[in-house]
Amino acid sequence: MTASENPFKAKRSWTQFRGKLGVGTFGAATYFILFCAVLIFGQIAYKGLPTFFKSEAPYVNTEFFTSNPEILRVWHDAEGNKFSMPDKDFDIWREKNPDAVILDPHALNYSAGGIAGPLVGTALLVFFCMIIALSIGISAAIYLSEYCGKGRIMSLIRLSILNLAGVPSIVFALFGWGIFCHAAPVIVDHVDERSLFAFSIGSSYLSFQGWGTSLLAGSCTLAIMVLPVIITACEESLRAVPGGFREASFALGSSQWQTIRKAVLPYALPGILTATVLGITRVAGETAPIMLTATSTDKTDMPMQALQNEGVWAFFTQSVQALPFHIYTLAKLPDDPLSKPMQNGATFAFLLLVMGFAFISIVLRNRVRKKLKW
Amino acid sequence: MHDMSNELTTLPKATKKKKSSTVIEVDDIGFSYDHGKTETLKGISMTVPKNQVTALIGPSGCGKSTLLRCLNRMNDLIDTAKITRGAIRILGQDIHAADVDAIELRKQVGMVFQKYNPFPKSIYDNVAYGLRIQGVKKKSVLDEAVERSLKSAALWDEAKDRLKDSALGLSGGQQQRLCIARTIAVRPKVILMDEPCSALDPIATAKVEELMLELRRDFTIVIVTHSMQQASRISDNTAFFYLGELIEYGPTTQIFTNPSVKQTEDYISGRFG
Repeated sequence: MTASENPFKAKRSWTQFRGKLGVGTFGAATYFILFCAVLIFGQIAYKGLPTFFKSEAPYVNTEFFTSNPEILRVWHDAEGNKFSMPDKDFDIWREKNPDAVILDPHALNYSAGGIAGPLVGTALLVFFCMIIALSIGISAAIYLSEYCGKGRIMSLIRLSILNLAGVPSIVFALFGWGIFCHAAPVIVDHVDERSLFAFSIGSSYLSFQGWGTSLLAGSCTLAIMVLPVIITACEESLRAVPGGFREASFALGSSQWQTIRKAVLPYALPGILTATVLGITRVAGETAPIMLTATSTDKTDMPMQALQNEGVWAFFTQSVQALPFHIYTLAKLPDDPLSKPMQNGATFAFLLLVMGFAFISIVLRNRVRKKLKW
Repeated sequence: MHDMSNELTTLPKATKKKKSSTVIEVDDIGFSYDHGKTETLKGISMTVPKNQVTALIGPSGCGKSTLLRCLNRMNDLIDTAKITRGAIRILGQDIHAADVDAIELRKQVGMVFQKYNPFPKSIYDNVAYGLRIQGVKKKSVLDEAVERSLKSAALWDEAKDRLKDSALGLSGGQQQRLCIARTIAVRPKVILMDEPCSALDPIATAKVEELMLELRRDFTIVIVTHSMQQASRISDNTAFFYLGELIEYGPTTQIFTNPSVKQTEDYISGRFG
């Protein structure tokens, strides 16, 4: 037999060519995304990493993580030597060198110190937001998946929840600003002028004057924003629990709540944790809602100080710094090479924080999943 | 507390020849899955005698599983399901009476499902589940119940050294026997079995069947089965269903050797179904 008689001889055809073209296109698209991701992460890491370290021992720039943003003072002397130092060091230096010549002094906002305040602020916002969102979200998901029927009203509710997930975050921001900052009820001794209405309870008043720009208002706004995601994902994971577990539990004489508690919720936990990951990564990165409801630029002290000095309520109603907003502020600074380390460092730290949150949740989920296999 | 044991003695004796009191009395029951528009069960009446195995047979969709699920009110969990007529009395009590709690009923009328469904917990925790639900916390009580139930389900020898291991590591047949043990642990009066062997291989099936004959001494068993051979092997009474109606009901030997209705004979002999 000669090769020309091969009955299975490959034929060049359009179909083959198109198939190869298709695979090529899909592959190219996938690798393009990977390329973009690597480029972005790489650039942020490359630029941001130097801020984390310094040339002398202990080599790690601890100040960047432990101190608040500060003003950087910049000047040069008569010989043209350039000087720059944080505001707090400047006064000490000035006392030691009273005769130094200072020419062309100017101050760069937020270009010295570190990101401790924004870091803690974001962590607090995310933490309280997730507590609120998970407790409401899991309850609603349990109701939707286990208790309520399939009626028309219920599908309408589900549809609304799904649609809510697509609402732009600035809309949630305005909603939170209106409700939590300016209309939420508080107990006060003296009713503020801006109060919508108030009635007296004993010696104080219940006034609907809002919580102001505060940690609480920010957390609640973020929680409402992330609720649709949490509810939908939790409901899905509850529904994914095999019906046989519910039947078996009921057949053993459990009430509905016992069944949910013992035979459904534990097995939905990996899914709920996945929802938490989704929620955290979305919440931590949001800027618009916290800009309007939680942060203020003139905040300089650490959140814990309010807890120590004024108590729990003051802690929750203080405004906080937050990393995304801090990065936004830094980005709007006048272009100056001396501001760059803070900008790049803050961005990289933010990326690490969000990835850290996600990483913890993923580890937690995998551990739970390992225990629960069916 | 409603004393059921007293009522048991006042119940009329089963109409069949065997000297056995009636545990379940189904009286002209009608059942619908769609708010009563169409009836899945069309007036079923039968009695189930104590400490016997009663098999419900018939082609798919004949209503045998539906009837079984009516007996412990598992159908309550379906929103659109509805009893359209008649009554079911278990131990003399109408199970749809206003003061009957379906949860209490299910503690007395246990159920084993077609697809074995142990929880993804340890063997021990699976058997102890029902008792823990009832609030039993004492370890000695749980230990005793787990051992007793596993022994009754003929699983003790295979499982005693791995009680803390996941139930999902057991073979299919073992998992189904574990489900039976789990049901026995809450000491029900009646055990309902919904095609318990349909997912098992012949050897595992033989073990479960053997077990059922053992359990008959302590429990009343109602089993739905697709396999006529199985019904003939293990049951004392057989009920043949077709299209939501009870065609024939009687002692298994009679149903299989000398059925009085043509349809039953056709089904038994494999002419349809």
